[in-house]
Amino acid sequence: MTLLQVEGLGISFGGLRAVNDVGFSASAGEIVSVIGPNGAGKTTLFNMISGVYLPDRGRVMLDGQDVTRFEPHLLARMGMTRTFQNLQIFQDMTVLENVIVGFHLAERGHLLADLLALPGTKRRSAEVREKAMALLTRVRLDKAAEQVAGNLSYGALKRLEIVRALAMSPRVLLLDEPAAGCNAVETEEIDAFIAELAATGIGILLVEHDMKMVMRISNHIVVLDHGEKIAEGKPDEVSRNPEVISAYLGTVDAEQDEQDEEDEKEATHAVG
Amino acid sequence: MTFNSKWVQLAVLLALIAILPVFFPSGYYFRVGALIFVNALSVVGLVILIGYAGQISLGHAGFAGIGAYACALGPEALGLHPALAMLLGALVSAIMAALIGKPILRLKGYYLAVATLGFGILVSMVLTNERSLTRGPDGMEVAELGLRDFLKGVGLKLSSGEFWYLVCGLVLIVGVWIALNLFNSSTGRAMRALHGSEVAARTVGIDVAQVKLQAFVISAVYASVAGSLLSLQNRFITPDVAGFMHSIEMVTMAVLGGVNSVLGATLGAAILTLLPQVLTVFAEYEQLIMGLVMILVMIFLPRGLLPSIAAKLRGRGE
Ligand SMILES: Nc1ncnc2c1ncn2[C@@H]1O[C@H](COP(=O)(O)OP(=O)(O)OP(=O)(O)O)[C@@H](O)[C@H]1O
Ligand SMILES: [Mg+2]
Repeated sequence: MTLLQVEGLGISFGGLRAVNDVGFSASAGEIVSVIGPNGAGKTTLFNMISGVYLPDRGRVMLDGQDVTRFEPHLLARMGMTRTFQNLQIFQDMTVLENVIVGFHLAERGHLLADLLALPGTKRRSAEVREKAMALLTRVRLDKAAEQVAGNLSYGALKRLEIVRALAMSPRVLLLDEPAAGCNAVETEEIDAFIAELAATGIGILLVEHDMKMVMRISNHIVVLDHGEKIAEGKPDEVSRNPEVISAYLGTVDAEQDEQDEEDEKEATHAVG
Repeated sequence: MTFNSKWVQLAVLLALIAILPVFFPSGYYFRVGALIFVNALSVVGLVILIGYAGQISLGHAGFAGIGAYACALGPEALGLHPALAMLLGALVSAIMAALIGKPILRLKGYYLAVATLGFGILVSMVLTNERSLTRGPDGMEVAELGLRDFLKGVGLKLSSGEFWYLVCGLVLIVGVWIALNLFNSSTGRAMRALHGSEVAARTVGIDVAQVKLQAFVISAVYASVAGSLLSLQNRFITPDVAGFMHSIEMVTMAVLGGVNSVLGATLGAAILTLLPQVLTVFAEYEQLIMGLVMILVMIFLPRGLLPSIAAKLRGRGE
């Protein structure tokens, strides 16, 4: 059953068409990956789906309801949340508090009750605290629970961001490069964790540069290049698609050319 | 139990308020103490706005002005009991904060600073220019609260200074208690979360606009109650209470003591209230020394006095 459907989504920044006419769909328990070279528009696409950017064109449907232009906190209430490519951690709060904030929707009560610390708020706080600890244990961060989040390593913060998103029991989870900057062991761990989440019925949208990881865990892959969808399908279909290969090889070639030029310049310089 | 736990902080504050009078050389110091508590109260409100939610206001004296003049005008114009006038002032401040907060809290950083500044100036101008109501810059008298006479009636004789020391001390403790409750509540965490990352707060379901507004309204009520207490104890009020300098003073106290820390802000209020009294000996150098102290604190203890000292102590303990 289709959980999330994206139709003809597009946005421009000044003259730049960062994303143009992109559509795809994702079902519960499915991992849909969005891949493409740097600057292809993957993060921008995520920003539009999650309500952070307002798209110029197109629609986002969640459970058959049109949620285009909904604010992120409303989408969160409907079960959609995300993580960020550039970490967005509550730096000055403890690791545990970061996850507890993820439970905001479950915990929040009346403002007056919070100001007066009425008994109901304490009970809810204690429950949420326990659940947050359980989530931290799942990603081996329970020992760091009382530390200020800003002190954690990059890899640990990546995991913290994922469990903070999980705290709100999402039905759709957008992960923007969850394994970026992580070592091989950590990547494998995150990889297994994401598969586990999908198995519980969460629909997952994933942006990831680690192709081995993408090919292994995705059910469906959408390929972007210069803001356009150039291919989509199962992992093996996509990896054989000539356009996809050229988009990727294209960037490799370009980088190689640049490198060669640099080398040449240096060489002439040395001679001169 | 860490130093930061709510009850430890409240106990420290309560102990200080209870014990300090033992060292007062004269009755005058009760007045200074009461002034410290009033300033601390509005600064605790700013800790919620600035320290928790990360929003700035350079116009909070405007709310102090509303609270102060509510206590002056309420009894005179509406025949209200001063205590009721104080509640009315808090209500008016809350409504004003909600009305102006909605549009201006969309602004960030210095744009927000300038917008709140504008609000403060507006209130101060109205209080100065509406002579028929407020008697303008000369100020107006404020009715007697009456509670002291009542206490005398039941056998508790307090001097005016002692009475206001007690009342303001108690109100401050309640204010600190509420602020500390908020810190570790769902709403307080939402405020601190949006301070850390607005976009991340939104994606976990926090209605950022609403939570900012809550912080703004709560802090406005603190300032309003502080303004009321000030006018009630002085029995006289001028538009200076809503002036720009008063707004700046509040923010300075908060930042000096530690804008993330309720107790720190209280300390900041104490120091900046006391310093001018102490420095009167140096007459013409008073302002100079004040300025120097502030600059030095910001250079060497940028997170404010109390948090920096606490961090140093903790660092040594480990
Ligand atoms: N807020 C913005 N304002 C202007 N241009 C933007 C904005 N956000 C993205 N862009 C531009 O849109 C294009 C797509 O960027 P985007 O970050 O979506 O790429 P990406 O596929 O996520 O790349 P990467 O793999 O490096 O993360 C880029 O050219 C980028 O500079
Ligand atoms: Mg990106």
